[in-house]
Amino acid sequence: MAEVTGIKEIIKPENLVYKRTGIMTDTVLSYCPGCGHGTAHRILAELIEEEGLQSKAIGVSPVGCSVLLYNFLDIDWQEAAHGRAPAVATAIKRLLPDRFVFTYQGDGDLAAIGTAETIHACNRGENFLIIFINNGIYGMTGGQMAPTTIPGMKSSTSPFGRDVRMMGNPLKMTDIVATLPGTYYVTRQSVHTPANVKKTKRALRKAIQYQFHNKGTCFVEIVSNCPSGWKMTPVESIRWMEENMLPFYPLGDMKVPDEKTGK
Amino acid sequence: MAKVRGSIVVNIDRCKGCEICMISCPTGTIAMAEEVNSKGYNFAYPANPDLCIGCANCAIVCPDGVITVYKTKI
Ligand SMILES: Cc1ncc(C[n+]2csc(CCOP(=O)(O)OP(=O)(O)O)c2C)c(N)n1
Ligand code: SF4
Ligand code: SF4
Ligand code: SF4
Repeated sequence: MAEVTGIKEIIKPENLVYKRTGIMTDTVLSYCPGCGHGTAHRILAELIEEEGLQSKAIGVSPVGCSVLLYNFLDIDWQEAAHGRAPAVATAIKRLLPDRFVFTYQGDGDLAAIGTAETIHACNRGENFLIIFINNGIYGMTGGQMAPTTIPGMKSSTSPFGRDVRMMGNPLKMTDIVATLPGTYYVTRQSVHTPANVKKTKRALRKAIQYQFHNKGTCFVEIVSNCPSGWKMTPVESIRWMEENMLPFYPLGDMKVPDEKTGK
Repeated sequence: MAKVRGSIVVNIDRCKGCEICMISCPTGTIAMAEEVNSKGYNFAYPANPDLCIGCANCAIVCPDGVITVYKTKI
């Protein structure tokens, strides 16, 4: 492995403060430079390691750029047809209630073709975690407009910006599922700065632990970037996300269990 | 008073040159190399190693898990 290092004397095992978790395989991520999918994968992998869930976790991977996710985390996986991950996860969790079950889905997967599966799983209160990566676009297929594309946002199928009179309004799936009786914990986070990565990790840790309370669906949205689809450099995409996506998709918890009653 | 000193290790070939670590480093330790790695990306490197405080900000925002961080007090 070719490396560049800082001060050599400090590089000793006893001084180690951060290293890539062994739950991530050595496979190079298939994502474009700066894509938030990689950061989201890594914190999920760290939590699976820290919570001791490697042999208990079953992920359901989507169709979209993260279709190859099953190659990146060394746990059990099932690939679902486009948008159908919540239906597949329903079956897995009902058959194997002791396992930690989650889906990982993009906004095209979860909020377009898979809208019905998402809403009904959340409404039934299926006891698994849904991780929703919202980059406002269909990344994999060439940056087409998604239901989540924000007003005025350019995409390959809205090259002059989304005109809501002609193209309809964006769909805020997280707000919708928070109103359903079956959801237990619903939050919107991001992974574009170190502070946000830490917050998202805390939210995901709660969602993982809540699954063992058997109280309903946990739903964690991560607002993310798609530098290639947005036609920006990674750094520009982060700035653009802060200025445009986050005012429309404000971060924070939307539904939290009552700490006293657990309901 | 003991001073906190850090040191990072960048796995050159995994780096995609996105610069997110560089803009997230509070001390200006990281810069992008003039030369490129095997994939053709200008990789991140500790251009000012003496400034590093081992906060791990760079490592936790790196989408590709490229950076390892060490920290000590001297
Ligand atoms: C049944 C079906 N319809 C359409 C497609 C084409 N398709 C592949 S990925 C995708 C959208 C992906 O977007 P998103 O879920 O937002 O994920 P991203 O790539 O942005 O991470 C579409 C429409 C497909 N693979 N299968
Ligand atoms: S197309 Fe967008 S979502 Fe897909 S890997 Fe590239 S940056 Fe990420
Ligand atoms: S550990 Fe902190 S100070 Fe050192 S390079 Fe990384 S971000 Fe900068
Ligand atoms: S964040 Fe990671 S991939 Fe991006 S430039 Fe820094 S080390 Fe390379």
